[in-house]
Amino acid sequence: MAQATEVQQRYGKTQRTDRWWLEPVALGAGFLIFVIYSTVSGFNVGNWHYEAGPYLSPFFEPLINPSWTPEWFSPAIFILWAPLGFRATCYYYRRMYYRSFFMSPMACAVSEPAKYYTGESKFPFILMNSHRFFLYVALLFIPVLWYGAAKSFWMPGEGLGIGVGSIILVANAFLLMMFTIGCNSLRHIVGGGLNCFSCTNFTRTRRKMWDLVTVANERHKAWAWASLVSVGVSDLYIRLVANGAITDINTWTTF
Amino acid sequence: MPNAHLKVWRGDTGGAYVDYDVEYEEGMVVLDVVHRLQATQAGDLAVRWNCKAGKCGSCSAEINGKPVLQCMTRMETFIPGETITVAPLKTFPLIRDLVTDVSWNYRVAETMPELKLSAPDADGHRRMAQIDIDREQEFRKCIECYICQDVCHVIRDHPENMEKFAGPRFFVQLANVSMHPLDQNPAKATVSHGFGLDYCNITKCCTDVCPEGIHITDNAIIPLKERRVDEYYDPVKALVRKVFGGGDKK
Ligand code: SF4
Ligand code: SF4
Ligand code: FES
Ligand code: FES
Repeated sequence: MAQATEVQQRYGKTQRTDRWWLEPVALGAGFLIFVIYSTVSGFNVGNWHYEAGPYLSPFFEPLINPSWTPEWFSPAIFILWAPLGFRATCYYYRRMYYRSFFMSPMACAVSEPAKYYTGESKFPFILMNSHRFFLYVALLFIPVLWYGAAKSFWMPGEGLGIGVGSIILVANAFLLMMFTIGCNSLRHIVGGGLNCFSCTNFTRTRRKMWDLVTVANERHKAWAWASLVSVGVSDLYIRLVANGAITDINTWTTF
Repeated sequence: MPNAHLKVWRGDTGGAYVDYDVEYEEGMVVLDVVHRLQATQAGDLAVRWNCKAGKCGSCSAEINGKPVLQCMTRMETFIPGETITVAPLKTFPLIRDLVTDVSWNYRVAETMPELKLSAPDADGHRRMAQIDIDREQEFRKCIECYICQDVCHVIRDHPENMEKFAGPRFFVQLANVSMHPLDQNPAKATVSHGFGLDYCNITKCCTDVCPEGIHITDNAIIPLKERRVDEYYDPVKALVRKVFGGGDKK
């Protein structure tokens, strides 16, 4: 009897007639733009300001800027490894970049170029199993980002007020929170790992938390993209304001 | 009556695609058109089917390159005049025409752990709470059409992995056992290395094609992967287990 491979080759690469390449190309391009932007901004190329009035770019929140670091060192380096690792090991982002960049596979029922395939069973992809540890760090960032958003309503010397930047930072903190709450590892940790929800009051509570996480999890892809865009836009907006390219509309008089 | 332009695989691996024009009526599905083809022009066309209701999982094929059930693919979904390619499942050995040998799946099924139920209550009954079992009800909808197995690139593009990879349909079954409130299998029996779960790179094609709409990746594979992390890759959990003991079934 014929082997699957022969059949495969005979039938060619794909018989799909729809535009199956559109999604992987579009998502891959969007992701690449973000990676390039965040690298340039994160390393603070050009030494542009990242603080404007009460606003601090989320790439730098919380600001850690000790005196012993060299001149070229960007304080974002202390921060960015965490969201980078979190997103790089995220189950959704894995789906996206395995498709768009590794073509493994680029789309369903489209043959892939690689000769050998071991998936996530070998180095380096076995490291994806570390996702939950990045999650723990990402959870710490939620209050930090809300703190940054709250701070953006308080202009030192002038007091309470509101500006476009404050609204952007609140939206950003919210979107990043929703992305983190929808994490598949969190879904497992809060309740998914249990087999008996009904056993105790505590496990009943964990079931309720699991239900909540599930709601966010069902839209994990949407939260992933929305929060990626929002964090990039927040940084760009604050830098544009800080470097005088645009003026922030706000209720303060000195800024 | 409009004509459908079909391109159907004929013969075994030495075969070829043959073009047919078949009349069809409004409301028909691809399987109806294939049956009419069989009745009017190609009496020896081999096609497997049973229920024509999307419930037996027999009529799986690849239509315009997408793994689907022929009986659930409506003719309205095609542009009139479009060529409709009907191919057999490409991951499994071809027998003839649209029929493939899916027996690899049966062999994998034999390796699946069985439920080991805990002892009944004093009155001889076993009891489960709805909140403990409702998460699994989705898994029972599987009709074993093996479309997810067919689309999975781990074996579709790399048949050598069939030795060590059970495939999405069986990850659904493993999850069903692993999450069962009364199951007594040790965690290792359901999430062990043997089933090739770590070959899956969660690119979600299985979920995309499942005609029963089972969230194979999010609700079966990823939870199993997380249970594997508990077992093998979480030093914190391992330490807790060492100190406090237990940890197999929660
Ligand atoms: S998500 Fe995993 S099991 Fe499903 S098709 Fe993709 S690689 Fe295969
Ligand atoms: S999981 Fe879905 S696609 Fe896979 S065999 Fe079952 S019904 Fe078919
Ligand atoms: S799965 Fe996406 S953040 Fe954890
Ligand atoms: S004939 Fe039963 S599923 Fe199509």
